[in-house]
Amino acid sequence: MTRKKRRLYFVGAGMLALFAGAALVLTAFQDNLVFFYSPSDLQAKQVSADQRFRLGGMVEEGTVEKQGDTVRFKVTDYAASTPVTFTGILPDLFREGQGVVAEGKIGSDGVFVASEVLAKHDENYMPPEVADALARQDPAWKEKLGRSVEGVEPAKATN
Amino acid sequence: MHRFANPNRFLKLANAILPWAAGATVILLLAGLYFSLVASPEDYQQGATVRIMYVHVPAAWMALFVYTAMAVASAVALIWKHPVSDLFAKAASPVGAAFTFIALATGAFWGKPMWGTWWVWDARLTSMLILFFLYLGHMALMNAFDDPQRGFRAAAVLALVGVVNVPIIKFSVDWWNTLHQPASVVRMDGPAIDPAMMTPLLLMAFAFKAYFVTVVLLRMRGEIAEAKVRAISMSQVHG
Repeated sequence: MTRKKRRLYFVGAGMLALFAGAALVLTAFQDNLVFFYSPSDLQAKQVSADQRFRLGGMVEEGTVEKQGDTVRFKVTDYAASTPVTFTGILPDLFREGQGVVAEGKIGSDGVFVASEVLAKHDENYMPPEVADALARQDPAWKEKLGRSVEGVEPAKATN
Repeated sequence: MHRFANPNRFLKLANAILPWAAGATVILLLAGLYFSLVASPEDYQQGATVRIMYVHVPAAWMALFVYTAMAVASAVALIWKHPVSDLFAKAASPVGAAFTFIALATGAFWGKPMWGTWWVWDARLTSMLILFFLYLGHMALMNAFDDPQRGFRAAAVLALVGVVNVPIIKFSVDWWNTLHQPASVVRMDGPAIDPAMMTPLLLMAFAFKAYFVTVVLLRMRGEIAEAKVRAISMSQVHG
């Protein structure tokens, strides 16, 4: 075997071991690398009352209620949903049908008390005209816009 | 490939490519900026903030591309001892670090108005920050030894070990829950970006790539000149 060949096999074997090791570590830490839990995870996991964590999902349509600075809404992953209460300023992208990540604790009454609410943006990028055209065909899109669209009945103002 | 392991042959090729790469950078950047800032629509939810994406996404792509190229060059340098591939890795890492920094900074500028925060420790943002530190470590190792050959070897090993992070960054948004949105362009179902927004994005991506080629060739030319100066002064000292 030439020295070049030997170095090639050495580097190849090293890389293989490295990637295998990384894969094992990442699988082992699967749960700890999660940025937020979904309402379904919450039901399955039984978190204790003083544990701080992040709850993520969609803002359920028709659940946003505002009282002064305090806002109540439900976060859903379409399988389960969790009620959330938050006092403070919401990000611009917060609206019904849009993703959010809330950080806080769950109370004994099962209501998640958030100290911070972040909006989650999805992977779709389009001009308003295209979004309007989509909303005319699909009522689910109408909610996401948070404003009225010509040709469909006005969407509920949420913000 | 072996042909261009010879620095003199490489220099000839680099000098031939450089004016074209520089010209392409200027034209693509001007066109890209015009489309990003003027001739593209606002987003239905983000408004004009979407324009940050035209710098952020190409910079993040380049951050991954440069690192991968550096790792391949490092493997070639370790196995076949091509002197030019060491020089490429040395020339590329500060440029890659700059692209990573731009991606992180513009991401923060976008995150504040859209998410409501400058920074979160989710898998995508954290793995990108690790990439930035890998670049910094690579630059530091390169210059940590008096003998440049030892610096090249140590940095090449680091570049190869760090390449594990590249697929982690790319797939972090699919493997874990993250605040960062999933991939919009390179994904199974085809792009989720409107064609009117795709034009500036791709123009900027090619502009960044052309810029990278230009700057790396310039830096490699400088490195070769420096190595020649060193060889001459060494021969004078010992001769």
